[in-house]
Amino acid sequence: MIDARILAEALRDPATTAALDTTGWPALLAIARAEQLIGTLAHRLDGLPMPGVAARILADARASAEQGRVAALWEAEMARRALAPLAMPVILLKGTAYAAAGLAAGSGRSIGDLDILVPRARLDEAEAALLAAGWEWVKPDPYDDAYYRRWMHELPPLIHRERDRMIDVHHTILPRTARVTPDADALIADSVALANGLRVLSPDDMLCHAAAHLMADGDLAGGMRNLWDIHCLIAEFGTAGLEARAAVHGLGPAVARAARQAHALYGTVIPGSWRVWDSHDPLYRRRILARDGWGRPTRKWTRLGFYIRSHAIRMPPMMLARHLFIKWRKEG
Amino acid sequence: MRHLTRLRIGPVGFRVGSDWRGPIAALDDLYRDYPQPEGGIPDFNVHLFAARPWRRVLRPSVQIGGDFVIPDAAPLPLAQGLLAAEMGMNLQMALGQRRYLLLHASAVERDGKALLMTGMSGAGKSTLAALLMARGWRLMGDEFALLDPATGLLHGFPRLISLKNEAIAVLERALPGGRFGPMLEGTPKGTIRHLVPDARAIAAMTEPAVPRLILFPNYGFAAAERAVPPSETFVRLTQASTNYVALAERGFDALTRLVRTVPAQALDYPDTATALAQVERLWEAA
Repeated sequence: MIDARILAEALRDPATTAALDTTGWPALLAIARAEQLIGTLAHRLDGLPMPGVAARILADARASAEQGRVAALWEAEMARRALAPLAMPVILLKGTAYAAAGLAAGSGRSIGDLDILVPRARLDEAEAALLAAGWEWVKPDPYDDAYYRRWMHELPPLIHRERDRMIDVHHTILPRTARVTPDADALIADSVALANGLRVLSPDDMLCHAAAHLMADGDLAGGMRNLWDIHCLIAEFGTAGLEARAAVHGLGPAVARAARQAHALYGTVIPGSWRVWDSHDPLYRRRILARDGWGRPTRKWTRLGFYIRSHAIRMPPMMLARHLFIKWRKEG
Repeated sequence: MRHLTRLRIGPVGFRVGSDWRGPIAALDDLYRDYPQPEGGIPDFNVHLFAARPWRRVLRPSVQIGGDFVIPDAAPLPLAQGLLAAEMGMNLQMALGQRRYLLLHASAVERDGKALLMTGMSGAGKSTLAALLMARGWRLMGDEFALLDPATGLLHGFPRLISLKNEAIAVLERALPGGRFGPMLEGTPKGTIRHLVPDARAIAAMTEPAVPRLILFPNYGFAAAERAVPPSETFVRLTQASTNYVALAERGFDALTRLVRTVPAQALDYPDTATALAQVERLWEAA
């Protein structure tokens, strides 16, 4: 049976695509689209011999990714201008950060919302400045709004009324309800300035954030893209000091698990001492690769299991029960 | 998926998979003269599936998915499975097309030159394109026209012509030998019947044409014509394009080149016979 391993193989070793046939190519392209990795794949396979149609589809994907990069950097610039008078550190996160810093992880990467990190003590100022510059609330619901403000690691999402682009303003990288509490002050203190005054996390913190996002928050949706980010970051910056830095944030296990998965999927070079056997790793891999040859989600029960886990790790049981009850009552 | 078919419309290849045989059989019948995707590799995939397992058999309803999806798309009853497949292919084009600037317009060709017609739903662009096909023009498409930013040429997308309500009888009279699909009653847009483009439209479907005239038809008014300035044409066509923003500078360059080099006319008409005479006259004058 085809699963997303076909995509992992193509990213790991582009030459393997020479063996793809008229079943393999459509599956590879459909899964890459579904995992939002088509632009990344297009960059990886650029210049290799392949069927003309595949080359055209991937050329379109490269052009789209380039336009996405330009738009994402422009959005970051808009936020920079809105926040500049406040003279606070503004740290780009995820895709926009990789693109702005010119990292390999940003090559062809699809970039959705603009994610920034600011000091928690100055969150209100940042919010007011963004509202004054044309961003507006997406979620008018009072419960959701209160929930975000009390428990989440970010403000309720804001959308710009003219450019229709969303911004997530973080004050840390995991919900406050999560079991571990990363050191947000350290994230900001060790961030690195770009030429335009915006900042990005240090390489080790980028890796910690990517691992936290994948393993300690959420249901592993987008796992292949996230692991590709981790693969590229490790390839570019290595793992020296990573273990110690992860320990500062309480993210040692998440980083180790993410690194093992990246190693298994993409052949990421990690220290021998990290390559231990873990009884849960195969289950994670099963979830991460759950796509059929049409790019559709498969392995419903595995997905459901990780969905339930995502809530269980995000908040304590009684709080979860209350949250789900309120959500359920509002939907009815 | 259980049932699948592959086909190519103009330069675009599709793979359509379905939980049911019906929609695939309908596609295989109506698209039987169409070629396969180039190299066997489709540009886009469409999925027709049951939202819940029992919806496969119990009041079966077809959910439309694919490489590109819109959230909360309403399902269609299985009797309208062909329409679901067509909507699925349109959706992939509208959301996923990045090679060409996609214009929501019908297009016909004569002597290597293309006539583009665009307007609101009900303006008559499908009907007029089908009637012009019946009068010897080459149909390039009744729904989408593809403008190549690299060359400025227009590429066709001659999918099945989607005739709605009163237009069905008009075309049945105009093309007594035409191949029509099943009558689909009670769709979100009323009664729909598909018409297969003629042999010439299918045989020449990958041949691009040079845009020569843009029309904005408007049905239900006294016959009138008005030259539309490039600025207005530009704005109207940005609104008629689903990927203008996504193509960014390439889209802007392609569209400005089009409106600067091709004249445009707004065309009000009370009935199709009048409209066809207006079109022929404007074409000769262009």
